[in-house]
Amino acid sequence: MSTAVRTINFTLNGTPVTADVKAHHNVVEMLQTQFALTGARESCGQGLCGCCTVLVDGRAVSGCLYLAVFLDGADVVTVESLAASGRLDPVQEAFIECGAFQCGYCTPGFILMAKALLEQTNDPDDEQIRDYLAGNLCRCAAYPEIVNAVKLAARKNKAGSTGSS
Amino acid sequence: MANSNPSAAQAGHQVGRSLPRLEAREKVTGRAEYTHLMQLPGMLHAKIFRSTVAHGRIKSVDTSEARKSPGVYGVYTGDDIRKVIPDPYYGPAFHDQPILAIDKVHFVGEPVAVVLATDPHIADQAVQQIVADYEELPAVFDEVEAAANKVLVHDELKPAGTFADLKHLKGRKGTNIALDFRLRRGDVDKAFISAAQVFEHTFRTQKVLHMALEPYASIADYRDDGVTVHSGAQGPSFVRTEIARLLGWPENRVRVKVPYLGGGYGGKLYIKMEALAVALSMLARRPVKVALTMEEQFYTITKHPSTFRIKSGLDKDGKIVARKCEVWWNGGAYADVGPRVTQKSGFTASGPYDIDNVSIDSYALYTNLTPAGALRGFGIPQLVWAYESHTDMIARALNRDPLEFRKQNLLREGRPQATGTILKDAAIEKVLDRIAERLNWKQQFDHGQGVVRRGRGLAIALKAVISPTTSVAIVNIAGDGSTTLYCGTVDMGQGSDTAMAQMVGEVLDMPAESVRVVPRDTDVTPYDMGTLGSRSLFHMGHAVRLAAEEARDKIAALRRELGEPAGSNAPLGDLFRKKYGMQAGNIVGTGIYKPDYIPPDGSGLTTNATPFWMVAGNGVELEVDTETGLVRITRLINVADVGKPINPKIVETQLSGASLMQLGFSMFEKMHLDGGQITNASLADYKIPGINDVPPVMQNETVDTTQENGPFGAKGVGELATFGVSPAIANAIDDAIGVRLTELPLTAEAVLRALRAKDNKPLGEE
Repeated sequence: MSTAVRTINFTLNGTPVTADVKAHHNVVEMLQTQFALTGARESCGQGLCGCCTVLVDGRAVSGCLYLAVFLDGADVVTVESLAASGRLDPVQEAFIECGAFQCGYCTPGFILMAKALLEQTNDPDDEQIRDYLAGNLCRCAAYPEIVNAVKLAARKNKAGSTGSS
Repeated sequence: MANSNPSAAQAGHQVGRSLPRLEAREKVTGRAEYTHLMQLPGMLHAKIFRSTVAHGRIKSVDTSEARKSPGVYGVYTGDDIRKVIPDPYYGPAFHDQPILAIDKVHFVGEPVAVVLATDPHIADQAVQQIVADYEELPAVFDEVEAAANKVLVHDELKPAGTFADLKHLKGRKGTNIALDFRLRRGDVDKAFISAAQVFEHTFRTQKVLHMALEPYASIADYRDDGVTVHSGAQGPSFVRTEIARLLGWPENRVRVKVPYLGGGYGGKLYIKMEALAVALSMLARRPVKVALTMEEQFYTITKHPSTFRIKSGLDKDGKIVARKCEVWWNGGAYADVGPRVTQKSGFTASGPYDIDNVSIDSYALYTNLTPAGALRGFGIPQLVWAYESHTDMIARALNRDPLEFRKQNLLREGRPQATGTILKDAAIEKVLDRIAERLNWKQQFDHGQGVVRRGRGLAIALKAVISPTTSVAIVNIAGDGSTTLYCGTVDMGQGSDTAMAQMVGEVLDMPAESVRVVPRDTDVTPYDMGTLGSRSLFHMGHAVRLAAEEARDKIAALRRELGEPAGSNAPLGDLFRKKYGMQAGNIVGTGIYKPDYIPPDGSGLTTNATPFWMVAGNGVELEVDTETGLVRITRLINVADVGKPINPKIVETQLSGASLMQLGFSMFEKMHLDGGQITNASLADYKIPGINDVPPVMQNETVDTTQENGPFGAKGVGELATFGVSPAIANAIDDAIGVRLTELPLTAEAVLRALRAKDNKPLGEE
């Protein structure tokens, strides 16, 4: 285990930041210990459950496997960015309205993935939603509600972009 | 107490609302607090060195190299623990589990030593430097073998004394049976002799895991005058009592704080990592965090594997006249709550049927495996798996319609259940009828032709809630009229905070959203037995209702005292200002609820086994690929009797989620064991249901009922939809392809093997 510390610079939720990391530190650990952000959290530790999802240069990655040093120069977005202004994102609103979570531990990962999906496809069907979210696990199994929430978020986005509510 | 219980008809504005969860915003923004994510200043991280043998005497534990690792704060074994806690054994039913192994190890993965460091990676690496030497002992893994007592897991039984009915087991030697519950009703032997037909089958369930996505975590901060424990625990009051007992302290020096739980499902009940965290904090004199990895959850607590031999005798008309149930529960190396599972589920092992002659023997067995506890059903899903498969097999053997056969034998309102307790407010037939209706049972079903065959099946279940248990709640109205609820029920995703706030709002006529629910903290939230077995909505619901009613009565008294005209609705804040001359004061209401209960006599009989019955059933349609054995569930119907739902939307998501969790236990989840070693201890090798495992059609429904003695006519829901999923699927597979599986999980391989065996073309061994 290397003890060498490297300083990295990256953009975190729109703000330029600096962090001192060791070679073995993953993104989740760095976000929690150095930035007190706990939205991305480790569960399986194998990149299989999606609880640790963060967006790096617009791409969803598993923060438990992705090494922090690789973030040097990257644009990093976590769930905490979504309601930074105090106003919930339509995806977050939709998750609440559809009851799309129970314990909430996996929820930030699902929300970031849903957000990424809706940026690629503004009106996904059930199969596209399931396909895109297949890498996220919810032990409370709120899956039917999650699918509904993504569809509701798409409708909210559409209503928002056309100016109606 | 019961007289003041408002009827469901009176319930109005807050109860019955599909209000989103109060903590929803915290959860969708990633800000909800979980123990696994918490950090305390100066905190040390603990990493655990675990046993590699299933049963062995510890010859030596060499920690010298680990101690030398740079950055290591300390390395500790069972001997070190004993320096600060002389008798370091814990557990809810038996004081049998050491904080770290002492003298012997009893299962692969048992904690033997711990490394502390400020950097968890350093602690982790130092653990690899520890070397232990064991004298291996014979081990026993199967529950039925364990009952023969040829290999003994423990030398002597050590019941905790918490439960009166376990006291007779104290000091018992030469046995692996931690508890034997027996029930005798009528004369089973005689009834079998005169029965026209007798059927006997044996069913087994496998070892599966709760696998909460937030793994177990506890943080202890020990000071000489008190200890604070932050923990992902389902029962903060129990943790406090147990830690106080271990330390020889009064309870008020132990503070247990429980934020939200990232899943519990029964795994986080009673005491798990808390005692270890406290002992380590005592030794290190710094805050210590014990946070497990996903892999380590496999070595902490699991569901009980079980073997159930069930035998039924029928008269010539197809009426079940006798049923004999023998259940062996594989409790693993430490009892945890296994004896409770064994006894309480034993009450209803004969199923929701009206049978005059019943014999039940339910055995809690020690084995050399990871301990087993409660998992969303307190043993009921294992029992329903057997008795509802058995029921279908009998119906098919008699060439009877499985629905009609059930209806002929169903236990009905006003009739005595096996324990002798009269069935009341248990909509067994209504639930069964609704499932049949949703499955269009009366209509011809297309079983398909060619490679893919279709089938349908159903199952119905009855549970007696764990009793007697106590809940206490406090409602506190501040000088501005804003209201706070203090209750120890742990919200682990079931939405209890929201439901409790709705009940407060109902009584005090205020929006539930305006009620603040204080996160569990034993310094402020009063006693609660634990968040388990779908008991909280009923028991804590009553305590909350009573507390709110007392506050309401005090408000009324204050209005009278202040000379308010009758019917005045002056805001609460105005009353306080008028009384105290400024925004000051409080109105405090308290509520305590403990239902009546009569413990079973020596024959397992009692006229009051439970304050309420839990009833649910499931219906399934599926397709089987006869070339591969692959089963595709096309429709899953969950119907339950929850009384009057407090929050219908949350009830629906609970039913849906519970059924999908049980779908995983039914279809593919299994801890693979080789000589006591778990060979698939990771999420990569242990699959849980994902979004593509959701059946295309799901229907979750409650039947229109009222629990007369429930708060606002309601009762619990958390476990309900798990009960009958497994047998409904197996019954549907039989319906599709004419083969019967008697062991879970129902994998494609198992289906194909059974199919090929039936066709006299058996597959070779693995």
